[in-house]
Amino acid sequence: MLIRPAPDIRSSEITDESLYLRRREFMKAAAVPALAAVAGLTPSALAAGQDALPNVRKGVVTLNEGLTPWEDVTTYNNFYEFGTDKGDPARNAKNFRTKPWTVKIDGLVNKPGDYHVEDLVAPHALEERVYRLRCVEAWSMVIPWVGFPLKDLITRVQPQGGAKFVEFTTLNDPRQMPGQRVAVLDWPYVEGLRLDEAMHPLSILAVGLYGKPLPNQNGAPLRLVVPWKYGFKSIKSIVRIRLVDRQPVSSWQASAPQEYGFYSNVNPDVDHPRWTQARERRIGEFFKRKTLMFNGYADQVAGMYAGMDLKKFY
Amino acid sequence: MRGVRLLKPLVFAVSLGPLAHLLVGAWQGSLGANPIETITRSTGLWTLRFMLITLTVTPVRRLTGWNDAIRLRRMLGLFAFFYGSLHLLTYVWLDQFFDWASIVKDVAKRPFITAGFSAYVLLVPLAITSTAGMIRRLGGRRWRRLHRLAYATAALGVVHYWWLVKADIRPPRNYAIVLAVLLLVRVAAAPRRSRTAAPHRA
Repeated sequence: MLIRPAPDIRSSEITDESLYLRRREFMKAAAVPALAAVAGLTPSALAAGQDALPNVRKGVVTLNEGLTPWEDVTTYNNFYEFGTDKGDPARNAKNFRTKPWTVKIDGLVNKPGDYHVEDLVAPHALEERVYRLRCVEAWSMVIPWVGFPLKDLITRVQPQGGAKFVEFTTLNDPRQMPGQRVAVLDWPYVEGLRLDEAMHPLSILAVGLYGKPLPNQNGAPLRLVVPWKYGFKSIKSIVRIRLVDRQPVSSWQASAPQEYGFYSNVNPDVDHPRWTQARERRIGEFFKRKTLMFNGYADQVAGMYAGMDLKKFY
Repeated sequence: MRGVRLLKPLVFAVSLGPLAHLLVGAWQGSLGANPIETITRSTGLWTLRFMLITLTVTPVRRLTGWNDAIRLRRMLGLFAFFYGSLHLLTYVWLDQFFDWASIVKDVAKRPFITAGFSAYVLLVPLAITSTAGMIRRLGGRRWRRLHRLAYATAALGVVHYWWLVKADIRPPRNYAIVLAVLLLVRVAAAPRRSRTAAPHRA
């Protein structure tokens, strides 16, 4: 698979000199937790008690930006099924059971079925891909995901001609997911992509980060990662993937349609009704960054939206 | 009287607790992945809490007959102003880094920021006129009328909070309920007070 690098460097991407001169500090800040995580030294890694995922192809997609430390990626989460505070998922998902785990694949496919997640993942070579993650709340991270192209899975289950969209559903289990005992959203969580978005080479199903299996609070055992869309599109702990002919209604769309659209592409020119999307705070940085069109993936994905009014299809 | 003299420094020290907690957290680097958000949220919540605590003084005094409680009210109100100032400073300095164009746009365009900013603006005259000298200069009646703004600023504070949450309205709703109770207590008490004043006319 070929993912073209961006042809030119925007001035916003050029590191400020003062930051450049302090690069060792940043590298240390990024590297120490990463190394500690690999060595299983951080408390969260110890709690997870998990070994590194085997046979991961490194460097499939890289990014010349510092990684967000493991500790931040795994303690600052929006996963309302486990509570609405950023620290709730790490606290409340500790005993979440991800084995056994079945994913139903149905709808307009020739090979529907209930698949064990292991069987679903096994045929695919795992790849490490470093992506920006831009939350709709105007903060961002850089995360080394481990996963495989969603396209490969969809191709394997043979979509039928009428399939136009893919609908994803998160587990609905209020006994395990205390956040679901409160009707903050209409559970279960549902997300969707247009089929061409789902088939785009940047769209992946992730099973890990930092070379290790996904921590529960990050959406174990299987989650979507669509890096040019706001984070809430990247649905976690998936139990169902359904190919459909009509545009699904996502949970956030249902909750506040005037604020969250189906597309939810990262777009600095289209504000959230209540706050600006022009800038973002990269976790670990003091100064805000300019938000990039399609989260910096415009060269790869803008073509899918050619001719669309992105203010209307937000 | 002597009890309050002892209580006052204690309440003062305890009221600095949230700030101390943030300072220690900043020093130890334990404010989480997004420290600026943590500071913003904490100072904002404590502003609202001190507003509501301040509005609790009078009902408590009436219900318990503990009249000396009034001696704590000014200090508690000034702590609301203090945490409100820290909250605004956090936004202007840490969050926006003095990007005035963006701040002006936020205040004008973002209803939740408009509400929060208005709440702070209304707190300013209350803080300025909190001294004994100002009370004397204004006269008790006019001072009391001015300080009814405390209700408006608390209501705006709750609205500010309510409008900023994404989906989970439970926390701001709880503050709204507390404020509603505090206002209702006053409404309920008002006729009784006018009745006790009535005999003169009768």
